[in-house]
Amino acid sequence: MEVNILVGGAAGQGMETIMNLLGKALVREGCELIYTKDYMSRVRGGHNFSCLRITSDTPWTTVESIDIMVALNEETYFLHQDNLVFSGRVIFDPNLFSLPEKENRGVPVELQKLAEEAGGKVMANTVAVGALLVLMGLQTSTVEILLKDIFADKEGVADKNIAALKAGFEAAAQFCSTCFDLPPRNKDAKKLFIDGSQVLGMAALASGCRFLSAYPMTPSTGIMNYLAGKSKNYPVVVEQAEDEIAAINMAIGASYAGVRALTCTSGGGFSLMVEGVSLAGMTETPLVIVIAMRPGPATGLPTRTEQADLEFVIHSGHGEFPRAVLSATSHEDAFYRLNKAFELADRYQTPVFFLSDQNFADTHRSVEPFDFGRMKYNRFIAEENGYEKPYKRYRITESGISPRALPGQFENEVVLVDSDEHDENGNIIEDASTRRSMVEKRMRKLKALAEEMDEPDLYGDPNPELLLIGWGSTYGVLREVVDMLAILETKTAMLHFSDIWPLPQKRLKKLFPGVKRSYCIENNACGQLSALIRRETGLSIDSLILKYDGRPFMPHEIVEEVKNDL
Amino acid sequence: MIYKAEDYMIGETAWCPGCGNFAIREALAGALFDLELPPHKILLLSGIGQAAKIPHYLRVNGFNGLHGRALPPAVGARVANKDLKVIVESGDGDSYGEGGNHFIHNIRRNPDIAHFVHDNQVYGLTKGQASPTSEPGMKTGVQVEGVTAPPLNPLSLALVMGAGFVARCFSGEKEHLRETMKEAINFPGYALIDILQPCVSFNKVNTYGWYKKRVFFPDIENPRDWAAAMECSRQWGDNIPLGVFYNSPRPTFESHRSALDDEPLSMKPFDPQQVTSLQNDFL
Repeated sequence: MEVNILVGGAAGQGMETIMNLLGKALVREGCELIYTKDYMSRVRGGHNFSCLRITSDTPWTTVESIDIMVALNEETYFLHQDNLVFSGRVIFDPNLFSLPEKENRGVPVELQKLAEEAGGKVMANTVAVGALLVLMGLQTSTVEILLKDIFADKEGVADKNIAALKAGFEAAAQFCSTCFDLPPRNKDAKKLFIDGSQVLGMAALASGCRFLSAYPMTPSTGIMNYLAGKSKNYPVVVEQAEDEIAAINMAIGASYAGVRALTCTSGGGFSLMVEGVSLAGMTETPLVIVIAMRPGPATGLPTRTEQADLEFVIHSGHGEFPRAVLSATSHEDAFYRLNKAFELADRYQTPVFFLSDQNFADTHRSVEPFDFGRMKYNRFIAEENGYEKPYKRYRITESGISPRALPGQFENEVVLVDSDEHDENGNIIEDASTRRSMVEKRMRKLKALAEEMDEPDLYGDPNPELLLIGWGSTYGVLREVVDMLAILETKTAMLHFSDIWPLPQKRLKKLFPGVKRSYCIENNACGQLSALIRRETGLSIDSLILKYDGRPFMPHEIVEEVKNDL
Repeated sequence: MIYKAEDYMIGETAWCPGCGNFAIREALAGALFDLELPPHKILLLSGIGQAAKIPHYLRVNGFNGLHGRALPPAVGARVANKDLKVIVESGDGDSYGEGGNHFIHNIRRNPDIAHFVHDNQVYGLTKGQASPTSEPGMKTGVQVEGVTAPPLNPLSLALVMGAGFVARCFSGEKEHLRETMKEAINFPGYALIDILQPCVSFNKVNTYGWYKKRVFFPDIENPRDWAAAMECSRQWGDNIPLGVFYNSPRPTFESHRSALDDEPLSMKPFDPQQVTSLQNDFL
């Protein structure tokens, strides 16, 4: 049992307002849901839509089929009518357009007129939310409370919105009351309604991150928005840099001087940052970089999704130095994994990457509250009497990790870092033997760092014959695919990577001998994880299922490809 | 602990004999000594170039970063630890060419940073190409027909962008440089000193003698007079004025950030359990 809602219209018509209000209300009502956005790189016009799916169990993806469509313009109806189920409903404003005569699923609600009557045309979206509620057999009370919270500071606005909400509710009730049964709900669940960017922003703050410097770039900007919103009440500074080069160098300076620092960007901005990545590697400065991927090359498709920067990130920056590249299976995983990124960066004094993408960043889900007790805050900074004197920033050690002191931390000790090759003090050198020992010192860190990588998550049959391999934001769709393929006689599982570099290999090598057919499923055109696996392990993946049209996978697309091969 | 001026000086340098960098280094060491700033409380950042090697030759905290990128990490360091006296020192190519965007925007941003630019009007480390401040007509191995673009005027640009402290010094006037550096270091906000300096190896136009004949100290009656400062900044040729042309503080970058109100961020303890209420936003 499930309900699928699609809200579509032109950019600027406020789909997001409807979905944020509805989504949060539904989660408060105990629904399990996911809400995804498909939007164009423009401020007005075009065609944008959002999908919201409610199921009895955790929904991992939205699907194409639609039960309730809110068509804020005529184009939405024509573009999506084929996916509207037989018993579906279309909420539309009859004063803006009419549906074809043969279409008998329409629920005409005078969105704009009712909004104007309630106090302003701008509230047409609130009218639509009222209409949606009645179709699902819900009352308006939860949304009313939310409206009062949202507009607490604006006198009278909440009341007007509540009037608009009720008007929409009553208007739609004349045509269809409780046309759709919601799946069983747990009203005491107290789940969060949160998107990927917000998860990462909150995780950064809960990891003790004190500085974010970034340049706005879709789809990474949500993290910036979140942290900036907190900067008045929490000890965090957010600075919009003049460019990405400044952003990464600012973060490196802040980290050197003693705080956990973050920068976030997308592929194009990251291209500008790579010299800074190399600087962090050479100066051995902890740094966390979140890259929310979108399709390239160049400006590509700014508001859409892709997983094509994996190889770029693994190899970014000139020269050789250790790094870690992490991603996340889900919102739940991302919260703790970004914390891990900060811990690894501090412990190994090197850049650590977290790969997000538009699909992850912009997707809201209902999730269990996070356990802040699991968050770690170990700075691995030298303590008074805990280092050999005089202090040397790049003292040669067995692990390759030198005691890290902060400038100003110890009386009469100075901390010198250098982008040139340097000696233990941090002073420029050019002699071959110091160069060798410094390269070896830095690269020694990689050994222990590799041990920190989590093995990929296995879901499905523990001894699979059919293995689906993926990484990052495709976790949800692959889970649904594995569940859908459970009807097959073939033992099927998915193996999903969160920590990608250094590549964890144990589980893959253990499973592989029993696997008869393996697939790598990636949102890119070259199968970058598959190539990485082959390079690192010698294992060859049988087939690639790739999607590079800027849209996330739909479960049926993968299921069909796999079934065709059987 | 009491420091002597020589406590700030260390190391053999990689500079050419006769280079203006030596005088600039001595002036800075003298200024730090006069200000009684202990080495561990000072952070000196630089980019890449001959001038940018200076963190290796002074005993203070040092960040020798990337070419053109000395200012951004300095801003980050101010955020992390506002108790550090932060000084950026680099050449004209680094500060005005490769780092031009950071120069412009940090004047706007106004962090509490003293920026000392060793301006020898030529690229030294890459052996003699034109810099953004080279004289038109100057011939080099790359500008074979002579420099054609007019020079960037850092002081006028800084004034137009709203810099609160704008000064010109000359490495041949070491005492004046030392005093001006002290003023710049104590100035609350972004403070620029463009330090004219001969390059004995590559700049055969703007030599020590060339400068010596031209520099003079004008009477600056009111350092808050922006128009007068602008006029000084534009004077070049036979008479080149030196001095603090403009000194008029405005609110700093740090003063606009509530997270920087009390103790330095790097000193603040943290426990993730303190922030669990963050999730209430999403309930």
